[in-house]
Amino acid sequence: MWKTIIRRILLMIPQILILSILIFILADFMPGDPFTGLVDPNLDPAQLDVMREAYGLNDPLPVKYVRWMKNALQGDFGRSFNYQQPVTAVIAGRMGNTIRLSLLSIILTYLIGLPLGILAGRYNESVLDKTVLVYNFVSFAVPIFVLALLMVWVFGYNLNWFPARGSISVNADTQWEKWMSQLYHLLLPSITTAILGTTSIIQYLRSEIIDAKVSDYVKTARSKGVPIQKVYTKHIFRNASLPIASGFGFTIVSLFTGSIFIEKIFTYRGMGYLFLQSINTRDYSVIFVLALFYGFLGLIGTLLSDVILMAVDPRIRID
Amino acid sequence: MATNKDAEAAVSSNDMTVSAPPMGFKVIVREFMRDKLALFSFILLVAILGTVFIWSFIIDQDVVQSVSLWDSYLPPMSMSEDPMFEGTRYILGTDSAGRDIFGLLLIGARNSLLLGWTVTVVTSAIGIVVGILAAYYAGLVDNIIMRIIDFITILPQLMIIIIFVTIVPNYNVATFAGILILFNWHGQARFIRGRALTVGRLDFISASKTMGTPSLVIMLREMMPNISSLIIVNLTLNFAGSIGLETGLSYLGFGLPTGTPSLGTLVSYATNPDILENKAWVWLPASTLILVLVLCINYVGRALQRAADAKQRLG
Repeated sequence: MWKTIIRRILLMIPQILILSILIFILADFMPGDPFTGLVDPNLDPAQLDVMREAYGLNDPLPVKYVRWMKNALQGDFGRSFNYQQPVTAVIAGRMGNTIRLSLLSIILTYLIGLPLGILAGRYNESVLDKTVLVYNFVSFAVPIFVLALLMVWVFGYNLNWFPARGSISVNADTQWEKWMSQLYHLLLPSITTAILGTTSIIQYLRSEIIDAKVSDYVKTARSKGVPIQKVYTKHIFRNASLPIASGFGFTIVSLFTGSIFIEKIFTYRGMGYLFLQSINTRDYSVIFVLALFYGFLGLIGTLLSDVILMAVDPRIRID
Repeated sequence: MATNKDAEAAVSSNDMTVSAPPMGFKVIVREFMRDKLALFSFILLVAILGTVFIWSFIIDQDVVQSVSLWDSYLPPMSMSEDPMFEGTRYILGTDSAGRDIFGLLLIGARNSLLLGWTVTVVTSAIGIVVGILAAYYAGLVDNIIMRIIDFITILPQLMIIIIFVTIVPNYNVATFAGILILFNWHGQARFIRGRALTVGRLDFISASKTMGTPSLVIMLREMMPNISSLIIVNLTLNFAGSIGLETGLSYLGFGLPTGTPSLGTLVSYATNPDILENKAWVWLPASTLILVLVLCINYVGRALQRAADAKQRLG
């Protein structure tokens, strides 16, 4: 297994390189450079040109790329000219918010998805199963931004059950109040994410359980006298949860990515919101690093998923 | 899609024998008759499409988009207060510039549907060609194609689309459609390749190869008809997906250019908390229409999917 993992990691290196080159070229197409915001507007344009030359901004693209890569390998990803801070500091400042939101969303997704999937599979063709199927269909079809808007409108503005925007209340004083306020702000966006996030969990669990019910190993277990409840918990659920395990790598990675739509609609200052802000302020160094980071996470997610699948199912060998 | 259905109907009428299993169009009709909700979705969808396309060509886009500041944010069913538009009743109210929401809704729906359909058809066409090529030639060709598809898959799709939208020079409807196509064909190609691989392994394909049938004929006349029902199903389901993606991007402000309103553009008024809370008539109809459209299209797609797979049919 370790051999496979190391080979997969080595294979990731060229993919990351291609990704970074592609995004670097895109970033180069964007107008403006780090001096656009840094430098005093009264400065002589000729002087600016000298500085550009000194910092190597007039160099050809490959030279710039190699220099950027050298700095990046040493942890220097450039500066945000909107925030006047290193890009890494800007991103790190937003990451906490996104991780909190994603963590709660993921927990809620599994809290809704697992029981519904198991019950629908176990009692299929029942009224409950049919209701779950309708919900499953709707959650697959509905675009997230429409649902999020309706949720904000109904529960945030009309019913006033939840705060409609932001990540923390300004009135929170003690540490405890701050935590509670943060949690309160997280609830509505994470419920919205969770409602739409359960689609594949329910679908896989339900169909796997329905298939497993008539399989030979279940018949064997039943005929040797294992109680039906135990067959479900010990035999069926373990096998049925394999497809879910295969997606778990992406779930872990999604902790860091967050959702552009959710963060925009709930005015929640996380990574997605930062991306939209950087696009609007043309903060290219941040956009570049964010896109690269998300692409990198995508690669890690694939790798993690395969590793988890290999770990939980010894029959599977991925090369 | 219509021609494909006709072709299937023609096939089924040709080999109609007493014991033959129902084929093509008849299966679809039967499936919809068994599932009343699917029939309802289909009728509703046709009604919406008919209304949107006929009405949006009748009304004058310039009149709908003309600004009248007297009429700013009139609630639904109110009369125009602008002497220029005297006697006009705004069924769904007006937006900030006094434009008729109902007219904007029709034009927006038309633009969203047309763009979504274009993107779906083109991505499917690319997906079919690439997918069948990869499945038929296998080996090196398949390897190269799959590595490219894998690479596009790991890209943060929404981000890259937004970046492209911001840096593309002379941005218009065509370039927007192009960007969406560029980052959406790979899913289709992967899906078609998977199905075509199964078909390609069947004996009749090998037999055809041994007899010296040209590759192009095998791909077009022998492999493609065998996955045609899947293509139709996929076309429907992706249509809903494309509408969702386009309206979402337009909502964020990175979709259809200004001057070409989309349903998402109308929804994006809700970015302003005041409009979101107090002037729901501006954004709620568009949101509802998006919901109804994607639900109907998806439900029809599911019924088609069942019809395409004998094991899942209700009838």
